[in-house]
Order: sequence, then C-alpha cells, then structure tokens
Amino acid sequence: MKSKTSKSQEYIDIELDTCPLDPCVSEPNIIVRDLTMAYGTNVIQRDLNFNVNRGDIFIIMGGSGCGKSTLLRHLVGLQSPAKGRVLYGDVSLWDMNPDEREGFMRRFGILYQSGALWSSMTLAENIALTLEEYTDLSRSEISEIVSLKLALVGLAGFEDYYPSEISGGMKKRAGLARAMALDPEILFFDEPSAGLDPISARLLDDLILELRDSLGSTIVIVTHELASIFAIGSNSVFLDAESKTMIATGNPKMLLEECTNPTVHAFLTRGRNR
Amino acid sequence: MIDNSSKHDHEQNRLKFSRSAEELLVIHLTGNWTINDNLPTISDVQKEINNGAQPKNITFDTKRLGKWDSGLLTFLVKLNRICSQKRIHVHEDGLPEGAQRLLRLASAVPEHKGDRKEKTHIPFLAKTGGVAIASWQSILETIDFIGQISVAFIKMLTGKARFRGSDLLLIIQECGANALPIVSLISILVGMILAFVGSIQLKMFGAQIYIADLVGIAMTRAMAAVMTGIIMAGRTGASFAARIGTMQVNEEIDALKTSGISPIEFLVLPRIIALSIMMPLLTLYSDLMGIMGGVIVGVMGFDISLAEYFGETKSALTLTNIWIGLASAFVFGILVAISGCLRGIQCGRSASAVGDATTSAVVTGIVSIVVATAVITFVCNVLGI
Repeated sequence: MKSKTSKSQEYIDIELDTCPLDPCVSEPNIIVRDLTMAYGTNVIQRDLNFNVNRGDIFIIMGGSGCGKSTLLRHLVGLQSPAKGRVLYGDVSLWDMNPDEREGFMRRFGILYQSGALWSSMTLAENIALTLEEYTDLSRSEISEIVSLKLALVGLAGFEDYYPSEISGGMKKRAGLARAMALDPEILFFDEPSAGLDPISARLLDDLILELRDSLGSTIVIVTHELASIFAIGSNSVFLDAESKTMIATGNPKMLLEECTNPTVHAFLTRGRNR
Repeated sequence: MIDNSSKHDHEQNRLKFSRSAEELLVIHLTGNWTINDNLPTISDVQKEINNGAQPKNITFDTKRLGKWDSGLLTFLVKLNRICSQKRIHVHEDGLPEGAQRLLRLASAVPEHKGDRKEKTHIPFLAKTGGVAIASWQSILETIDFIGQISVAFIKMLTGKARFRGSDLLLIIQECGANALPIVSLISILVGMILAFVGSIQLKMFGAQIYIADLVGIAMTRAMAAVMTGIIMAGRTGASFAARIGTMQVNEEIDALKTSGISPIEFLVLPRIIALSIMMPLLTLYSDLMGIMGGVIVGVMGFDISLAEYFGETKSALTLTNIWIGLASAFVFGILVAISGCLRGIQCGRSASAVGDATTSAVVTGIVSIVVATAVITFVCNVLGI
C-alpha cells in the first residue's frame, strides 16, 4: 500500500513538471492539501493534493462512485473534510466561521447534476433570487439581467415557465443561467453533459469555453464524458476508486499521451488499449 | 462406447451420459433447455461423476439440443464449479457458440474478495446501544434545529431574515383557507358526538340543557385545538416534510445553501409563522363549528330551543376557556410546523427517505400535540384556571 501511494505521488510530481503552466495565469485559485473525505468511518478518498489555477477549466474525473461529486461538495462548502484543507487563495474554507463561509460561498456559481432549480419558482424567479438578496438593483434592472442570462443559455422567453414544465436539457441550461446570476469568480459543474444529447452537450461545452474566455472565470467540472474532457479541460485530477486516492493530475491530452498508469490510460481510451 | 443412460421417456430425457474412455465423460444434451422446461438438476451429473472412476475430462454433445436459454447456462456454471473443485477439465467447444461466449463473459470479471456484503450478526446489547445512541443523536439534532430556528426568528425581528413574502402568503393559504372544509367536517362531528355522549347521562336527570355547557366548554378549552392540531399534523405537517424532503433529494436545499441563503430562514421560518398564525384562527373557527354540531343535536334531538341553547352556551363559556384553547392552538401550530420541517431537512436522498420523513413528521406532530396538551392541562390545573 505504501509503495503504491509513493508511486502515485511521484507520478503527480512528474506530471506537474511536464505540464508547465502559462505564467500569466499560474496564480493558484483553489489549493487542496491532504484532503481526506469520509462518510462516518467509510473513507471515500484520502490525501488529495492539487491546485486549480485562475482561468483553468479543471476536470475532476474518475470512474463511477469514486467520489467526484463528493469532492465537489467539499470544494463548495457543503460537506466538511475528515482531514486536510481547502484553500481559496490564502483563506481556508473550513476554518472560517459558518457565517463567513456562507458569505464566501456567494462567490461560487454551481450547476447541480439535476439542475436543482427551485421547483416552486419560475425560471425568472430562480435567477432573480440571489440578485434580489445581494444587490440593490431595481426590479426592472433585475428583470433585464434575468432576460440576458436566459438568452445567454439559449432560453430567451422562458422567464415564466416553472421547472416542471421544461425538459431535462433546458433545466440544465436554466441551472447554468442561475449559477451565473451573480457573475461568480468560480463556476462548478456537476456532470453538466449527463443526460444531454451529443449536440446539446457540445453546445454546453462551447458555452463553458465562452464563459471562461469572456468572464475569466475559473471553472471546475466533474465529468466522465471523454469528449468534453478533451475538448475543454486544461487541467485535471483523476480519482481512483480502488486505491481511494488521486492517481494522476495534469492536462488531459498530455495524460493521454504520457500517462503510464493503466487505470488512467484505460479510462482515457475508453478501455480500447487495455 | 458404453451407454450408461437409462431408457426413460424421450421428452424427459434431456441429459444422457456416455464414457468413451476411462477418463472422458461425454454429456449429451438433447431437447429444449429453457427455464420453463422441467430441467434435470446438477446432482444427476454429480451422481454420474461419482459413479465409478472419476473422469478427468468432460465434453459435450449438443447435436440434438433444441432451444436453450439461461436455464442451460446456470446448469453449465454449476457444472464448471463442481468440476473445478474436483479438478476435472471441462471442454466447452462442444457447446453452442452463443453459450460459450456467454460463459466466457460471465467469468471475465471474477468476484473480488470482500466485494460481497458480509452477513454480520449484531448482538442484542449492541443493537440496544445503537438505538440509544441514535435517539440521543436525534434529540441533539432537534435541539440544534430549534436553536437555529430561534436565531432565524431573532434575525427576522431585526429585519435581517430572508424569505419571500409571497411564499408566506401561499403557505398561509394552503394551511389555512384550504383546510377549512376538513376542519368544518371534523369539528361539527366532534361537537355532535360530544352532545350525544353527554346527553345519555344528562337525560337521566332531565338536564339536557347542559349539553350546551358540555359542548361549549369541551370544544373551546381543548377539543377544538387538539382536533385541529391533529388535522394539521396529518395534512400540513406531512406536506411540509414531503416538500422539503423532495427539495433535499433534488439538491434544491444545497443550491440554497451555496447561494448563501439559509434554508432555515427561507423555508422553515415562513412555515412556522404561517402555521402559528393559522392554527389559532382555525381553532376559533373549529370552536364555532363544534358548537354548531352541539346545536344540531340539542335542537333537533332534545327539543331545546335555539335561543335557550345559545343563552346557556353564552353563560357557560368564559373568555379564559377560549384563550386557553387559542394559546394551545398556537403552541400546537409551532410544534406541527417544527416537526414537519425538521423531518424534511433531515431527509435522506431517496424516495423511501421522503416517505419515512413524512411518516415521522406526522407521528412526531401528533405525539408532541398530545404531550403538550397534557402539560398545558397540568399547568392550568396547578394555576387553578
């Protein structure tokens, strides 16, 4: 076991060396140190160490059930770590008091797996809620912003629909519009393309790239959609369910070419070269 | 070739054996081998293997095999297991190609050690201890929840709590106005039942007029509040738990938290406020309906005139009785709302968890109403009111 850990550690170092980051965007935005995640005594992942740099599209990948979504919950402040730290710049998310953390979480925009739109509100109300809470904008200004965000995700004119009245793909896009309501610094996506047809998934990828380029947001995506991983990922971490820790990190395309770990290689090639 | 098979009816005879050499056993599979056919069991093969010298190789003859499905496959898997124990080599090439492939597929990913769930026996004492710890945990959670609500309430008083006024009005409509029909029905019936039961005793003394006193005092002081409380626990408490529980399942609660909006302020507070306002009002309405029930029985069944009945009720009722009823209703409203919201927030992430949350909300609601009634009655008794 010990040798396995040191091997993976060594691998991480190599990867970080071989993937030099653009110096102008290399300021780390999210720093994860020695993070161990557990439900009670059941450890999901241990000793996670990685950085997410400003402007990155950072992919959290790995097989089903390896703890990708759980890692996301730790990053956004929904679940506290069993051990280790999550730092944003130099502030530690889990060392803040709950009120401070609540305020800090406003800097995140999150798209949940199911969309998680508030079912008792219309799409416009869903997007407007945080704007009403945290800005001094007038009602008409808010409704203009709402229309703009809906138009950005291709849902112009759907203001007065309830979440139950629209399709799954539309819910995802509306969820994205809501996540972008406050122009967050960091956007988190939990399996954005799950349940979408290939064309919608591709459009969503384009939208994510567009957001990064135009808003300069840092984007963290949990996914196992290979097409998306290669199309938009600039950095990544690979979680392994078997060894319960990360076994690779770096640019996904480079991992495909250079990574020698059989699990990672099998994952990135859909198991073809196994 | 020595044919060892017995001469049975052809339809039944799907399994035959022959030994072409001392160490080779040929298994002849004939006819249909589907799960709906009455298939031979593996023990037939076992008998054959143990019968005489143990073969080293097994091959199959499937020239006369008809239709086959999982029935054949499970038979072959069992055969493989037995043969690997006895170190007999099974040659699968005689089998239909599809069956060979499926067998290969089934053995492609062998079972990992430790993957299967271990069947553990938990001793009685450990179970009892576990339940005790869980109960204590649940009490702590409840206290924590009430604490959070208190903080949110104070925030609301200072104007800092965040919830939407339109939500509050909607909940008030749902738990107030929409509950009027069922409250009317139950209250009138309870009033009538009280009147009937009382009248049997009172008639013996010719004191039927006191039906008015009985119904009036019983309804206003306790029955209206308790009955309305139980209706609300079953109707509104359950709805709160299911609503919030489903939001938990859909990650809507997480979305609120990450938007920096406290679910306690946004979801729980308006529900508690709505129910604590509506419960006294509904109880007042229930008082009236209960007395109406008494009137129906008194006037129609016992020849008391309407004027007499109202006169008697008026003289019997004191404001104290009504206030005690309304105060209890206020308390019940808070209890039902808290138990509904608490179970909703504690809900797990599955459909069955929402069901459990709803059940538990109603049970907690009703139990806390009954306990609160006992406490209020006791306190009133001590205070002499």
